[in-house]
Amino acid sequence: MSKFKCQCGHENPFGTVLCEKCGRPLTDEAQKSEMVDMRYEGSARRSQTYKKTIIDKIWNFFSSVKVGVSIIIAVLSTSSIGTIFPQKFYVPVSGNDPSEYLEYYERLYGTVGKLYYQLGFYDMYNSWWFKILIGMLGTSIIIASLDRVIPLYKSLKKQRTKRHPSFMKRQRIYGESDIADSDESLEKAQKALKDLHYKVKVEDGAILAEKNRFGRWGPYINHIGLIIFLLGVLMRGIPGFYVDETMWIREGETREIPGAPGYLLENIDFSVETYSKEESNAVFGEAIEKNGSIVKEFKSDVKLYKEKEGSLPGSADVEFLKEYPIIVNKPLKFDGYSIFQMDYKIGELKTMKFTLMNKKTEKSLGEFTIDLNEPAKDYDLGNGSSIELMEYYADYDGIVDGQPSSKSPIPNNPAFIFNMKTPDHPDGEKSFVAIRQTLEVEPNDYEAKFMSAETRDASGLTIRKDKTLYILLLGGIVFMIGVIQGSYWQHRRIWIQKGTGSEMLIAAHTNKNWYTLKKDLDKVKEVAALPTYTDKQDKDAVIDTTEGETN
Amino acid sequence: MAKMDKKKKRLMIRGAILLIMMAAIIFALTSKKETKVLAVGDKAPNFELLDMNGEKVKLSDYEGQGVFLNFWGTWCPPCKKEMPYIEEHSKEFTKKGVQVLSVNIGESEFKVDTFINQYGLTFPVMIDKNKSVSRNSYNVVPLPTTMLIDKNGIIKKIVTREMSEAEIVSLMESIQPE
Repeated sequence: MSKFKCQCGHENPFGTVLCEKCGRPLTDEAQKSEMVDMRYEGSARRSQTYKKTIIDKIWNFFSSVKVGVSIIIAVLSTSSIGTIFPQKFYVPVSGNDPSEYLEYYERLYGTVGKLYYQLGFYDMYNSWWFKILIGMLGTSIIIASLDRVIPLYKSLKKQRTKRHPSFMKRQRIYGESDIADSDESLEKAQKALKDLHYKVKVEDGAILAEKNRFGRWGPYINHIGLIIFLLGVLMRGIPGFYVDETMWIREGETREIPGAPGYLLENIDFSVETYSKEESNAVFGEAIEKNGSIVKEFKSDVKLYKEKEGSLPGSADVEFLKEYPIIVNKPLKFDGYSIFQMDYKIGELKTMKFTLMNKKTEKSLGEFTIDLNEPAKDYDLGNGSSIELMEYYADYDGIVDGQPSSKSPIPNNPAFIFNMKTPDHPDGEKSFVAIRQTLEVEPNDYEAKFMSAETRDASGLTIRKDKTLYILLLGGIVFMIGVIQGSYWQHRRIWIQKGTGSEMLIAAHTNKNWYTLKKDLDKVKEVAALPTYTDKQDKDAVIDTTEGETN
Repeated sequence: MAKMDKKKKRLMIRGAILLIMMAAIIFALTSKKETKVLAVGDKAPNFELLDMNGEKVKLSDYEGQGVFLNFWGTWCPPCKKEMPYIEEHSKEFTKKGVQVLSVNIGESEFKVDTFINQYGLTFPVMIDKNKSVSRNSYNVVPLPTTMLIDKNGIIKKIVTREMSEAEIVSLMESIQPE
C-alpha cells in the first residue's frame, strides 16, 4: 500500500503522521498522543516509504540521522588520532623506504609509535578508509537532507488554512472557548497579525498567520555549504587545481619549477639579514645581546622564466618574465602560483682560489680561481705559466678500483688533478690536490696552494597553487548563511478558527523561541477577543520565560 | 501504471545520486597529487637538448628508429661500468636503426668532456642543465636509468640499474625496427 487516504479526502504518502492537507493525525500513535511531533510537519520521510530494492536499502541507511551522527563521530575521533604523532609528510625521512618510517616512529614514540605506524595512522588523511569515511559523510549529508527537505517543502506548500480540530488540539499551544462575536474577533485578529508582519490567509472562518518559513531551510542551506566545501577538497585531486611542492635551488642555478611545468626559476642571491644593535632601541639591543643575532629577513632574489610556446623540455628557449625578491610571507606570484621562502642552506663551496707557488722560494707565479660547478679546462697565469685541470672530483671519496672517485656531483669535498706548466717545466708537473692533502707522483718544484674559498647558499622554496580556495570560501559562506538563517529566523504559525457554534479555537507553533510566539499571541489578544490558550510544556502554566528553547 | 513509473523514476534518481557519490569516492581514492611516473607503454616525452658540439638533439628526430636513452652521472659507479659496453655496441646498432642517446644529469661541461674522452664515446651526449628533462619529464630517480623506446616513440622497457653486456645487446635488439 503506497497511499493513505485521509478522511478529508486527501491522499497521503505511506508513512505520513499528519495529513498533509487538514492535519488530522493518521497513525495510532499520533491519535493517542496529546501533542503531536511537528518535526518535518508529520510528513512521510522518503526513506520510510519502501524498503525493497538494494538501492532503497542503501538509501535508507544513509538517510538515517543515527547513521549520520555515527559517521560524524567516527570522522571526529579518527581525525583527532591523526594529530597525536606527526604525519608522514612531516617526518624527516628521505626516500620512501617504509622500514625507515617504522624505525622513526618506534625510536621516538616506542611501542605506541610502532602500533601507530602499523595501523596506518601515520598517513591517515590520505588513507583509503579515511577518504571513504569522508565520502560516506558527504553521502549521508546529501541523502538525509533530500529525504527531509522535499517532504517538508511539499507539506508546507500544501498546508491548508483550515485545519481539523484534532490537529489544533494536539498543538503545544492551544485554547478554546465561546466567543460572543467570532466574526469580529477574526477580523480584528487578522489586522493585528498583519501589523505584526505575519502573512495571513483566510478561508472559511479560519485564519492561518505565518511568518519566516524561510528559517526552516537554514539547516539545508548549511548542508549545501558543506557539500560545496567537500567538492572543493575533492577538486584538489584534479591536475592543475592544487599544487604543493618544494624545491631546493642554489645561487646561480636555474631550475624547472616542480608543479609548474614550463616555468623556470633562477636563484640570483640568497641572503639573511639580522637586526643590528644600532638600529634597535635600548630594550631590543639588550635582547640581541642576550640571544645573539636575531633574523630580520630571509630573502631569495630570483628571476622567473617561461619556456616559449611550443618549445620542448630541455631546450634553452626561454623568455624572461620578472625579477623578484622573495621574502617570508611575500611570495613570488605568477599564473595562480605562489612561491614562498621556506628554508635555506648556507656555506656550500662555490669557488676555490689557488696560487701556483715555487716550493723552495715560496714565490707565486699567479693565482687562479676554479668555479666548482662549471670548472674550466685551462687557467692561464701569464708569463708562460698555466694550469691544466686534468680531473675534478666534486665529492672526493677516496680511491675506488684504483681511481679517485666522487660520491656525488655536489662540491662537498673537492679534489683536483692539476698539470702545472711553468717556464721551468713546460710539459707540466702533475699534482693531486684535495682538501688538506697533496699527492705527487714525483717530487714537484711547484705546488698549487689553496688560498681561499667562496661559498654559495641554497634557498628552500615552496610552490603553491590552489584554485579550490574560492570554492572552499564559497562553501564556508553558504554554510554560515545557513547557520544564520536557521538561528535568527523562527518559523511561527498561528491558527485561529471557528468551531462548532460560537466556539473558537486557537493554536500556534514555532520551531524555536516559544516565548516570543506567546508575546505575539498576547498582542493579538489585546485587540481581539480570543480564547485563552495554554502552553502544554510550560509547567508553571504562567507565562514565563522559556528562553533557549530549540527544536 | 503511473505508480510503476513513479517507482521507477525514484529508483533511477536514487541510483544516480548513489552512483555519483560512489564515483566521487573512487575519484578521491585514485587521484594522487604525486607527479606522474612514466610507465612502459607510455609515449616517451619529446625533448630538445644540446649535445657537446652545441647541436640540437630532439627525440622526435629519431622517429622510425629505436632509441636507447641512457641517463647517467660521472659520480655514479654503475654508469661507468656499463658505458664501455654501450659504446661498443652502439656503432653496430646505429646501422640497424637503434640510436643511443645519453643524457647527463646537470654536471659541468668539464666533467662530461673528460668523461667522453676517457671512455671514447661516439654517440650524442647531452647535459640536462636545468634537470627539466630528467627530473620533470622523465622523472628519473636512480642512476643509471635506461629507457628503451621503439620506432613509434613508445617506451618498451625501463631499466633502473646497471646492465650487463649481454643485457645491453638484447635490449638494443628488442627495439630494433624490422
